[in-house]
Amino acid sequence: MIFTGILFGNNERCTKNKTIETEMPPCFVDLNLDQIIHAITAPKEEYNLTPFYYTILNSIDDIVYRQKIMQDIENTLYHPIGRFAENMCEMRKYLVKSEKFYYKYQQESCFLDAADIYCDLIETLYSDLTNAKVKSQGFLLFTKYLANYLQSESFISLREEVKTLKTALSSIQYRIRINGLRVQVVYPNAETNYGNEIETVFAKFREGAVKDYLLKYSDPEDMNAVEAQILDGVAYLYPDIFSRLDIFCEKHPRYWDDTIVIFDREVQFYMAYIDYIENIRQSGLKFCYPEISDSDKKIHAFETFDLALAKKLVEENTTVVVNDFSLRDKERIMVVSGPNQGGKTTFARTFGQLHFLACLGLPVPGKEARLFLPDKIFTHFEKEENIKSLNGKLQEELIRIYTVLQQATPNSIVILNEIFNSTTLTDQIFLSKKIMEKLIHSDLLGVWVTFIDEIASFAEQTVSMVSAVDRENQSLRTYKIERKPANGLVYALSIARKYRLTYRFLKERLNK
Amino acid sequence: MKPQLLYKDTDYNLQQELPWNEQSLIQDLELEALFNAMALGDDFLFKVVKSVILNGISNDVTTILYRREILKDCIKNPAEIKEMYKLAISAIEKEKENFWGIFGNYPRSILSHSRHTLFMFADRLQELRTIADKHSGQFNSEGFKKFFYMLQTELTDEYLFTIRKYLKDSDFDKGILMTSELGKRNKGVRLVLNKFQEKKQSWWKQKIEDYLLYKAIKQKNKQSWLAKLFNVELTDFTFFISSYDEGGIRALSELEDQGLNLVANALAQSSDHILGFFKTLQTELAFYIACLNLYEQLLEINEPVSFATPLDINERRLKFKGLYDICLALTTKQKVVGNDLIAPKKNLFIITGANQGGKSTFLRSIGLAQLLMQSGMFVPAEEFEANICDAVFTHFKREEDCGLKSGKFDEELGRMNDIINHISFNALILFNESFAATNERDGSEIAGQIVKALIEKHIKVFFVSHIYQFANHFYIQHLNCALFLRAERRSDTTRTFKIVEGEPLQTSYGEDLYNKIFPEDIQV
Repeated sequence: MIFTGILFGNNERCTKNKTIETEMPPCFVDLNLDQIIHAITAPKEEYNLTPFYYTILNSIDDIVYRQKIMQDIENTLYHPIGRFAENMCEMRKYLVKSEKFYYKYQQESCFLDAADIYCDLIETLYSDLTNAKVKSQGFLLFTKYLANYLQSESFISLREEVKTLKTALSSIQYRIRINGLRVQVVYPNAETNYGNEIETVFAKFREGAVKDYLLKYSDPEDMNAVEAQILDGVAYLYPDIFSRLDIFCEKHPRYWDDTIVIFDREVQFYMAYIDYIENIRQSGLKFCYPEISDSDKKIHAFETFDLALAKKLVEENTTVVVNDFSLRDKERIMVVSGPNQGGKTTFARTFGQLHFLACLGLPVPGKEARLFLPDKIFTHFEKEENIKSLNGKLQEELIRIYTVLQQATPNSIVILNEIFNSTTLTDQIFLSKKIMEKLIHSDLLGVWVTFIDEIASFAEQTVSMVSAVDRENQSLRTYKIERKPANGLVYALSIARKYRLTYRFLKERLNK
Repeated sequence: MKPQLLYKDTDYNLQQELPWNEQSLIQDLELEALFNAMALGDDFLFKVVKSVILNGISNDVTTILYRREILKDCIKNPAEIKEMYKLAISAIEKEKENFWGIFGNYPRSILSHSRHTLFMFADRLQELRTIADKHSGQFNSEGFKKFFYMLQTELTDEYLFTIRKYLKDSDFDKGILMTSELGKRNKGVRLVLNKFQEKKQSWWKQKIEDYLLYKAIKQKNKQSWLAKLFNVELTDFTFFISSYDEGGIRALSELEDQGLNLVANALAQSSDHILGFFKTLQTELAFYIACLNLYEQLLEINEPVSFATPLDINERRLKFKGLYDICLALTTKQKVVGNDLIAPKKNLFIITGANQGGKSTFLRSIGLAQLLMQSGMFVPAEEFEANICDAVFTHFKREEDCGLKSGKFDEELGRMNDIINHISFNALILFNESFAATNERDGSEIAGQIVKALIEKHIKVFFVSHIYQFANHFYIQHLNCALFLRAERRSDTTRTFKIVEGEPLQTSYGEDLYNKIFPEDIQV
């Protein structure tokens, strides 16, 4: 097998010639994935990584190919790849710069340096890969590719030429004699350093540090006309070295290897994610490689959390609450109820994020997870905006849910959050029950956030989840979502207490 | 080269930090009066004495004795000291006049200014050595002997001649020659100025040579017979900048500047180093000049001074005769009451007794004498002998602000907390009516607990207090390390302002004071 890229595998069950999405998937905003992906890719804007994050994988082999690569990077390759990327970046900078120089010998010197960086970085990368004992198919193939490239005639001769030229140039010494407007460039000669002599004469007064009077020259990389003429003089003194430099630049205008250049971009997909989750991990939260199934709908995740929220809370030094969920046997849909601001929406988002990230082949938030490979993720979160009229909104909602149900297959995931709030309770119960019937019928996986207790224990396919409150003080939210029967009343009281709207509170307040 | 007139082996650093509690020390011991008397309106002298006296607390016995001998020499030879001090000041001020301002940041101008200053410094150094040659015999202290010897061996005529020669050679009017290497982007790097060996040419020969080279380049003819005739080297690469090419001339002069950079830096730094020498000399002599000022003033009001005997830091001993508050004497410009004491192996001194009976003055005189002794000065007493300590703390009752009792007590404990944060076991702490900003029982309890902890660590504690309960608490314990003192009061209720040994008494004679201030009440 040959190396076909670090993002997509090569065996027969892997997707061939996968189309890369350029549009943001519709579920992104509801799941806060837009924030997450933006935060991941923004620091590495130059690599244009967002399309990779928009494109979910459809085969388990593809996912495993990436998971293994990610494990290699996490275990041993993070720093080597980081160094490689830095060097590539540096090299590109040199190439851009080399074209901007006015004088030929400067262009050539800069170009030579770029080639020098390139040769070194390839060798470093190869030795890092071999030392790292990589296990993933992706990196094994890539290492083999590099090995062949290093032994190729073109690379060997390139390196040889670069090194000899560099040494020759840096060994050049000369003297400049300035007298009035006459400048002479002459061969070097053993001479004393006059500055040192002066220092010796006054050495006895030397006590501690004094001000530095050296004028700091801005030292632009460009030369002025006088320097350029002196450089011509140096070339006149050493004609052989400079003509070899000319020849080198003519011979190797594009010295690099395209596969390696593509690798450089694609591998950043993994690096960007690792950078993003680094401080979350530092705070003690766990990430795991989920087991993925495309047939078994018994799924679970332990100690999982909303990635976008965790990022924010960790930066604010606040504790992040983790949650567990599991669907057993025939269970398909989790119905989440409980007090407001108790973490219900967060839980729904977590569920969606988890599956999306898993489909990218990335480690997901949680200690352990077994997830389903969906063909599509649909979300419908209540939207505050575009309220035309109450009727209009309900109608709009129903149309959207209808479209979702039309497109959804048994392999889809549907996430609903507080829908039908714009109508009467009776209507809500009625509509919710209807939709639930349809969802159950299509056998898809889903999460539904609602305050309608009736649908929580609707059938054996639904699981009731409740946002918990503190046992001692019921107005304290724990942000824990627990598997238990829905019970609205207790929470209503606790919310009232929190807002000091109970009878006793009100009596007290009104007496003032 | 170091003057080393304050420390045996190092320079005095005027920039060093003052003890963290300098504000309290100055306020509580009224040091301002002492500093003013020593500085006589000179800001620099003020700064020096403040630093040397406050930092004197960290001196060891050797340093104290070293300075003491130097000070004795100064008292003997005031004219020579003042002459050297003036010389240092003149060197420093001339250098300031040479200040190069905003256009001076280029190596060429730095070079020229530094040469100028260094020529001047060479003259001053020569004068300094002349003083050494003439007067070194009149000085006996180790410090001055060493100083003069250094001047005579380091600043010989030959050395001064060499300096001047190098300064003359550094004008580079014959052009410059430098070595360079190819660096990044093929730019020249590591420019190093070479000593220009070439002989000076007459200007017409130079002109002919320029012309021939120019011709030869134009005609690409390197074998010109004229060139051969004048023996002009043509193997090198030569070019000329046109005198109309402003950019080229600027670039060329920048290149020259880069070459001169290191040399200019070396000269400017050398100049700074020599300036540093003069500044150190000025600082160190300033202290002795200030001491002479003080000496003369005390002589005028007939107050005795003597050189104290500093004892080992681990001893606890205090003995003095005629110890007076120098600041009080300087402010009132007359002789003030002195006290005597012999206290071997004591480290707790509790002073009680009449209000306005001289307790605070006594407490201050203890702190002041300790500071002066440790900075190497004479002390305001006929005799004074004490172990040295490594810190002096004052915890005086503060009159200002804080109307609320709790706030004031809070503030007092806050200051105590600061002291404890900085305490060392060989410290001296002076308490003046501390912890009285609360009721007697609480104040006594807290003061008692603090003092007990301090003396158990052998810290030297002076405590002026009118809290009877507190003083008595320690008195009845018959501690060997404690000594109880009292403001003397004669039976006719007049005060002598003398502090004598005596147990704490129940009242503080506040009644006396009241009666004095409200005399009408007595008649009633």
